[in-house]
Amino acid sequence: MAMRMRATVDGDVATVKVLMQHDMETGLRKDKETGKFIPAHFINLVTATLNGTPVLEAQWGVGVAKNPFFEFKIKGAKAGDKIAVHAVDNLDAHFDGEVEIAAA
Amino acid sequence: MNQARRTFLKGTAVAVAMLSGVLRVGRAFALEWNSAAFTAKKLDEALKSSGYANAAASDDIDIKVPEIAENGALVPVEASSSIPGTTSIAIFSDKNPNPMIAEFNFLNGAEPFISVRIKMAETAPVRIMVKAGGKVYTASRDVKVTAGGCGG
Repeated sequence: MAMRMRATVDGDVATVKVLMQHDMETGLRKDKETGKFIPAHFINLVTATLNGTPVLEAQWGVGVAKNPFFEFKIKGAKAGDKIAVHAVDNLDAHFDGEVEIAAA
Repeated sequence: MNQARRTFLKGTAVAVAMLSGVLRVGRAFALEWNSAAFTAKKLDEALKSSGYANAAASDDIDIKVPEIAENGALVPVEASSSIPGTTSIAIFSDKNPNPMIAEFNFLNGAEPFISVRIKMAETAPVRIMVKAGGKVYTASRDVKVTAGGCGG
């Protein structure tokens, strides 16, 4: 799965944008041909680190939109610092992304 | 291969997969997915299971949502808290089949701010919950959904 990330710093606050490719199936949708429910398949845990130090921990349910996008801010970051994001879904697939903070 | 052996191998493979999954998750994640809260079908249950019950209403929670969402499958939500000591922001949609959508914990310099796109089944309040200094706070904004984004 692809994870696209962008991080820019303005003053000492970095803004990080993350876009993941994931179906985020709720388990409530029916397959139109078989009439059976499509099993739930969704990212449920996400963490982000700044130069290896945890800055964000998230838990998600099926209500996060397909191809999840999220944005967060970190104080005390500077250009060149590294942001890494790690995610796992309910079927235990793991996803990783990393980006270097750019000057605004 | 006889059936018993096949079943055994299948069971072993699952056990190994589960074990390795647990180990990997344990290493990468300090938190464990709150199944009770995220699978709760009623808002009250979800709030209770996630530790957000009996929250005090707060004007210090800023919420940006569209007034009208033409597509319930993609509703942008932005929330920030100016309550001192904010450690977590959680998002609920009162009338979703599973009202709890997400919880974000802020550590080591992360600002109490989050922007994320969510699904909404129908017109409902988007409820933002905040944990700060061992207490819980809440604010909400109504979003009118013209085409729901959960079933289909």
